[in-house]
Amino acid sequence: MKTVTLTLTKPPELMLEGQNITPDNFAGKKAAEIAALDVWEGKQKGPLGNYFTVEGDGGATAAETKIVLCGDCTRVKRVGQQMTAGEIVIEGDADMYIGGWMKGGKVHVKGNVDSFCGIGMEGGELIIDGEAYHHLGSSPRGEWRGMQGGVIRVAGNVGNDTATFINGGTIIIGGDADIHVSTHGEGGTVVIKGNAKGRVGGQMVKGDIYVFGEIENPLPGFQKVGEVEQEVDGVKGRFAHYIGDLGERHPVSKGKPVYANIYTRI
Amino acid sequence: MGELLIKNGFVFDPLQGIKGDRMDIGVKDGKIVEAGTLSAPKTIDAAGMAVMAGGVDVHSHVVGPKVNVGRLFRPEDKLFKSPHKSPTCSRMEMGCSVPSTFKTGYDYARMGYVFVNEAAMPPLHSPHVHEEIRDTPIIDNAAMPVFGNNWFTLEYLKNNEIENNAAYTAWLLRATRGFGIKVVNPGGSEAWGWGLNCVNINDPVPYFDITPAQIVKGLIETNEHLGLPHSVHLHCNNLGNPGNYTDTLDSIRLAEGYTPKNNFGREQVLHLTHLQFHSYGGDSWGNFESRAKDVMDYVNAHDNITVDIGQVTLDETTTMTADGPFEHHLCSLNHLKWANTDVELETAAGVVPYIYSPNVKVCTIQWAVGLELALFSKDLMRTFITTDHPNAGPFTRYPQVIAWLMSRAARDETMKTFKWLDRTIDATSIDSIDRELTLYEIAQMTRAGPAKALGISNTYGGLAPGMDADIAIYGLNPENMPSDPAEIEKAFSRCAWLVKDGTVTVQGGEVVAEPAKRTVWVDVKVPENAQVQRDIYEHFLRHYSVKLDNYSLFEEHLHNPRVIEVNTTE
Repeated sequence: MKTVTLTLTKPPELMLEGQNITPDNFAGKKAAEIAALDVWEGKQKGPLGNYFTVEGDGGATAAETKIVLCGDCTRVKRVGQQMTAGEIVIEGDADMYIGGWMKGGKVHVKGNVDSFCGIGMEGGELIIDGEAYHHLGSSPRGEWRGMQGGVIRVAGNVGNDTATFINGGTIIIGGDADIHVSTHGEGGTVVIKGNAKGRVGGQMVKGDIYVFGEIENPLPGFQKVGEVEQEVDGVKGRFAHYIGDLGERHPVSKGKPVYANIYTRI
Repeated sequence: MGELLIKNGFVFDPLQGIKGDRMDIGVKDGKIVEAGTLSAPKTIDAAGMAVMAGGVDVHSHVVGPKVNVGRLFRPEDKLFKSPHKSPTCSRMEMGCSVPSTFKTGYDYARMGYVFVNEAAMPPLHSPHVHEEIRDTPIIDNAAMPVFGNNWFTLEYLKNNEIENNAAYTAWLLRATRGFGIKVVNPGGSEAWGWGLNCVNINDPVPYFDITPAQIVKGLIETNEHLGLPHSVHLHCNNLGNPGNYTDTLDSIRLAEGYTPKNNFGREQVLHLTHLQFHSYGGDSWGNFESRAKDVMDYVNAHDNITVDIGQVTLDETTTMTADGPFEHHLCSLNHLKWANTDVELETAAGVVPYIYSPNVKVCTIQWAVGLELALFSKDLMRTFITTDHPNAGPFTRYPQVIAWLMSRAARDETMKTFKWLDRTIDATSIDSIDRELTLYEIAQMTRAGPAKALGISNTYGGLAPGMDADIAIYGLNPENMPSDPAEIEKAFSRCAWLVKDGTVTVQGGEVVAEPAKRTVWVDVKVPENAQVQRDIYEHFLRHYSVKLDNYSLFEEHLHNPRVIEVNTTE
């Protein structure tokens, strides 16, 4: 695997739209060609090399290309958008839409990220060592087909509207989650190792949510049906099992209605 | 404006019966003239290409409030789906199934179309319709106000007051700058205000106690009493349900005994729109089947009917119709988002996204039904290509529909992708049809036929001297048609040239000019009718949320009008 190192030397005044920073776009390109790729600052289009120094060439394919971003990328958006393979490491913080619509490969952010990271994700792995803001692993605006697959792992807390319309895949949150988790969900798994504020699983049809801590304001649409012993992300525990959202339609499988499940640790 | 000579093309003009003759077409001052009369024309070499009149779309939802609701509530229809960056147009083009106004105008022009009839205008919201018409570049537009659930219409027709209904219709056409009489699910959308529907032509409308059959017959009588350019334009009851072909046949039979009375060359009294949605057999989604043959046998045998097919294109699209109860029904089938509105005394509307998937048996049967309608037709001057844009698919798929109709190989290629191919073949006749339509027949279905049915064939849809110089040139040689149907699709997607009103508008598939577009409407002069004037005044006083003075379209909303005048007082 070949490594391309981008170092932000001239931070943008506005936000930088970096959707071209993906292993797919870098593959098969020399450092100079990579530096000539377009990025947008506001409505101004310019070459990547205006903002970053580029060291190293891309690999032959996306899968053989690793990108390392150094410098303060808090104003760089959309890194890894729609990537299908390869690896990206962001050494510090990053802005919105990191790993959006990812299909494969791996993105590792060593700091915090803003909103909309991992939205519309179909596969691959997004790892955030710090915190994430709103709409993590959510569906794009208007879209009813949310996260389809892949894994998102956030070490810290997340904002609200996590995993809206989730259909598949897994989101693991090390800290607390704000309101609205898995709203309209129809599959997939969300694990919250801290507490959740409220509106967890609203209008959820199918899928699972695990909360290790407490849900401050649980929804009345979920009903407790029992207790279960389970291993979740390597942690064994006893959980109270709720089904819902009882106010929503539910598909029937083998003559039985399918419900969404919320498990809270006892 | 200068002179233009289109040389050596293969000309297809069904209005004059020209079937691919090698001819020159002259253009002077925006009109077609005899080629010999030009003095120093600019020349377009159309050798080896097909020359047709600019396309005419009889039924498409492109402007107005429900289209805009579709745009607003489907941001995902724009995301990563606006790939075409035109090198020549500066306006933003976005959206796939519900494109922006600019994309609508440009894409129609790129396909060689010049006239698009907006299929349903809620009268109360006519200012919005006309504002969007203004913002849709290049193509001339007309819009049909909906009458089939209008309280005035229901009351007059219940008492069989055709003259009063005609006076009201003339007033509403002027108030909305409308083009003709559109009827959507007659009675059903009004019944939807009561949470009900009218599922067949004898199902009475609550409160008004009138049946859809009475509404349709009354409106045909009204239309012929006035002598409007277009006929009644009917979206039948019970759209989209298994077994509805009997209701459709009942609806078509309502036209029996009526003959057209007009000065516009129109020969039908009833246009049935998106017939594909109305030609289903079976009694459940399990035994859903095509009844296109039964419906077309009737249409073929009756000259006073025209139809458009409403072809399903197997895309993800956005359904939108004034058939409010149907959209609610659809939402309960696919569980996607649903928008709904009621327009006071006039109509209702709903919007629901829909995915016509090649993996779903019902969708692939629907696909076959649409094509069967066209392929079973014995008179393609009465059978038109539409996708009921965007209900069965976006209008940008017309070239694909043309390729399916012109090539058995194109149909086979698509059928190979069907998950339930055997069941689709069992439930339809599509696999037994080898017919391949010709360029002449495509010209009938896409310009000459629709123009004649709309009553505008003196201006649009043909290439006779004196008509508007709207000319589309496609890179297809009728003497050497491509064996690959994809080439046919490509040629119709991006015309080689489009001349609109004498201006070269599209060249090599790209828009190069934006000639002034027009709003076409019908101004009917009727004898003064004191009772109708009083009824209008009373209804606005008691029931409308706006005052009568604010209802009629203000002149400044009307963009570059072309008025078709009808006088019934002589």
